[in-house]
Amino acid sequence: MASLSTVKPAGRFRFRRPSPQVLREWLQGYFFASPFLIGFIVFIAFPMAYSIVLAFQKWDLLTPPQFVGFKNFQRMFFTDKDAWLSLYNSAYYTLFAVPIQLVISFILAMALTQKIRFRDFYRAGFYLPIIVPLVAWAIVWQRVLHPENGILNQFLEVFGIAPKAWLFDPPLAKPAFVFMSLWMIGRQMVIFIAGLGNIPDSLLEAASLDGCGPWGRMRNVILPLMTPLIFFNMIMAVINSFQSFIPAKIMTDGGPEKATLFAVLKIYNEGFQWFNMGYASALAWELFIIVVGLTLVAFWSQRLWVHYEA
Amino acid sequence: MATVAPTQHYNILKRRRKLLGQVWLVVLQILVTALVITFLVPFLWMVSSSLKVSTEIFAPNFVLIPDDPQWQNFARVFDVMPFDKFIINTLIVVLFAVLGTVISSAMVAYSFARLNWPGRDFFFGLLLATMMLPIIITLVPRFIIFRSLPAFGLQGSSNWINTFLPLTVPFWFAGTPLYVFLMRQFFRGLPMELEEAALIDGAGRIRILTQIILPLSKPVLATVAVFSILQHYQEYLEPLIYLSSLNKWTLAIGIASLNANESFGASWEMVFAAGTIMTLPVLLLFLIAQRYFVQGIAMTGFGGR
Repeated sequence: MASLSTVKPAGRFRFRRPSPQVLREWLQGYFFASPFLIGFIVFIAFPMAYSIVLAFQKWDLLTPPQFVGFKNFQRMFFTDKDAWLSLYNSAYYTLFAVPIQLVISFILAMALTQKIRFRDFYRAGFYLPIIVPLVAWAIVWQRVLHPENGILNQFLEVFGIAPKAWLFDPPLAKPAFVFMSLWMIGRQMVIFIAGLGNIPDSLLEAASLDGCGPWGRMRNVILPLMTPLIFFNMIMAVINSFQSFIPAKIMTDGGPEKATLFAVLKIYNEGFQWFNMGYASALAWELFIIVVGLTLVAFWSQRLWVHYEA
Repeated sequence: MATVAPTQHYNILKRRRKLLGQVWLVVLQILVTALVITFLVPFLWMVSSSLKVSTEIFAPNFVLIPDDPQWQNFARVFDVMPFDKFIINTLIVVLFAVLGTVISSAMVAYSFARLNWPGRDFFFGLLLATMMLPIIITLVPRFIIFRSLPAFGLQGSSNWINTFLPLTVPFWFAGTPLYVFLMRQFFRGLPMELEEAALIDGAGRIRILTQIILPLSKPVLATVAVFSILQHYQEYLEPLIYLSSLNKWTLAIGIASLNANESFGASWEMVFAAGTIMTLPVLLLFLIAQRYFVQGIAMTGFGGR
């Protein structure tokens, strides 16, 4: 029955009244998919359309909304320096955190697919930090990075490095966030490990017979075969980094001197601290377009470096 | 014979390479061990400090297991804030959100995997697209929409604000597309013959889903449930926006608030104790269901948050 209805009408499309059986399956299909169809309209499509309207309004939720034309966008692009700053902060964080995360998780995955002992223990250990709820993780790291009592400074002292103020020092706050994000690579590592396990031994052996050393196998076999997963990890990491909220909200609340005022924190502050619903929507659209744009560019760039064959 | 010498030479080379390989493995083992300890230090520091007094935490030399464990740190957390209430609230939100996620995702996934209907491929593409969308875009409008939806006095509220509804109801509508995708992939791998036989026997679609497909899909159901529990357990932004009164807060909000009010009497050991309280249940879940974590991530690469 299911196989019958997959047969497409030959030639030009002609409307034929579907048989009762086929019609029944259509209705069943819509019925079972209805949670998503309804949910998509109510919780995604309609809110998105509504937020376009909001972006042209000034509304504090107390007084009636006012249409203000392009004022929110004017403010976002020309008068509110913090809007640019928050995008810069998020871009900085993403630009440094994502490549370092990818390199370290890849190296770790390589190490954990060698014939070392207790591999499962190591994998669980590297994975554990992302099991810890992010809120708990943030309050711990706030103290790890504490100038006087934090263990990071205590550790650096062993090597004679003077204590740093980390989250209280504007130039160091973002690097500290990048550093902290390196503990969050467990998921990427697991994906790389799964991918490395799927590389056929025959290909590696063939490369060895052709005279490839470990480095040659890496460059000519492993890396090309892993590019789809590198691409995937990269794109998810970029999307997530741009939307990072919890650490900045809890550890610094955007400080010191707005050095960790990231894009989502800025949107949150405008919308839910100061109740500028219209302006927050405009900011959200800006971030949305940036992230979607980056995603599209990344997808386009696949043809240049991602190998999907074999 | 003339051929002996090169073979011997080759053997020496081979042995040397083997030895080199073994040395390399030992070096690697040491490096990885050092690194995994580094990775675990913040966590161990949290758990260990939750059992110390402040002066011990601030002492320059780190002691993993304190001589005199301060169990009362945990009790003090419950004294300063109604953490028992937070735990119950969190359990309610997680229960209803996860239940809705599993049920609605399974339904939708079945439709996408096994039924033919016009527009199916288009909507599946839409589902994939929403997985990639920065969902932050809906944060503000959703708040305004939920503010205008009636709650009929549920949790003492006339609209959805300050109730658990915004945190649970959307997930009864396949609110996390990733899980639909995961289940759909799994359903497609199941043999079609079972279903066709049941159809011929006159079974309805609901019976096929609940009595044939789902019992065969325990691994993917477990994976989705585990990820979904983790996701809702630690959700912070939405509870922060929607839950204004203290007695409705979830654990995540409570701990963040305890942390922010450190100057008003919550000391480091109490914050660490609160963090430990929140972490231990998920750690337990991880130890029990580790298989499903790894499976799920390998399948999709998402998971968790």
